[in-house]
Amino acid sequence: MPVTHITKDLDARSLTITAQFAAPIERVWQVYADPRQLERVWGPPMYPATVVEHDLTPGGRVHYLMTGPDGDQVFGLWDVLSVDAPNSFRFEDFFADADFTRNLDLAVTHCTFAFTSIDGGTRAVYTSTFDSAEALQQVLDMGMEEGATLATNQIDALLAAG
Amino acid sequence: MTDQDEDEADAFFHALADRTRRDILRRVLRGEHSVTALAASYDMSFAAVQKHVAVLERAGLVTKRRHGREQLASGDVTAVRSVASMLDELEAIWRGRIDSIDALIQEDSPPCP
Repeated sequence: MPVTHITKDLDARSLTITAQFAAPIERVWQVYADPRQLERVWGPPMYPATVVEHDLTPGGRVHYLMTGPDGDQVFGLWDVLSVDAPNSFRFEDFFADADFTRNLDLAVTHCTFAFTSIDGGTRAVYTSTFDSAEALQQVLDMGMEEGATLATNQIDALLAAG
Repeated sequence: MTDQDEDEADAFFHALADRTRRDILRRVLRGEHSVTALAASYDMSFAAVQKHVAVLERAGLVTKRRHGREQLASGDVTAVRSVASMLDELEAIWRGRIDSIDALIQEDSPPCP
């Protein structure tokens, strides 16, 4: 299994997931440097992504849209903060309007992706941090059948509290 | 479960047993809304909407504050979903994403004979 470690910080609302890939660091970097590859790994299975603009440089932007099963579309963009190819990059992931204006009413995800060469391949460390519980919820609810998720989680929460 | 837990469960499920209240909860979980703005979204009286908000408030799902003449309602995300359970969901998304990355990288190497 490629995933080797998970760290969750409840107070900071952050998830760090570490994975190992059997490929050189340059190959793993290519997944992000090539928009055609990036779109194959970014959207969830029900919401495949299409990358329409891609500038992975500091101050650059990546624009993408994700298309749901009913043809509904969710727009998003990365504001790229820093890039140290092929070792790491940082960006903020925003929801956007259809013209790729940042939607500042919705969540922003602070992301750091870092890669290290190891024996037999590459270790990747992905960190996602949210400003609030609401922000985390908005990202999870993206394109979800609202009622279904909400209800399921409420029942889970209730059982956990009982 | 204690009696108090049972009472809380009653209030919780009663609050969510109504379509309008679920809809109000979704709106206020995404951000603070005035009760007036909420009332404008439904084909019912201000008083009826206010009553729905009060039921949600009693169940601990919504908090209210006053701002001048307005009553502002916001959803309590942590009452509905804990940060821990949401990070678990996010982990599942990331595991799927990492499987996709792994599959993409594996495509480069020809299959073993």
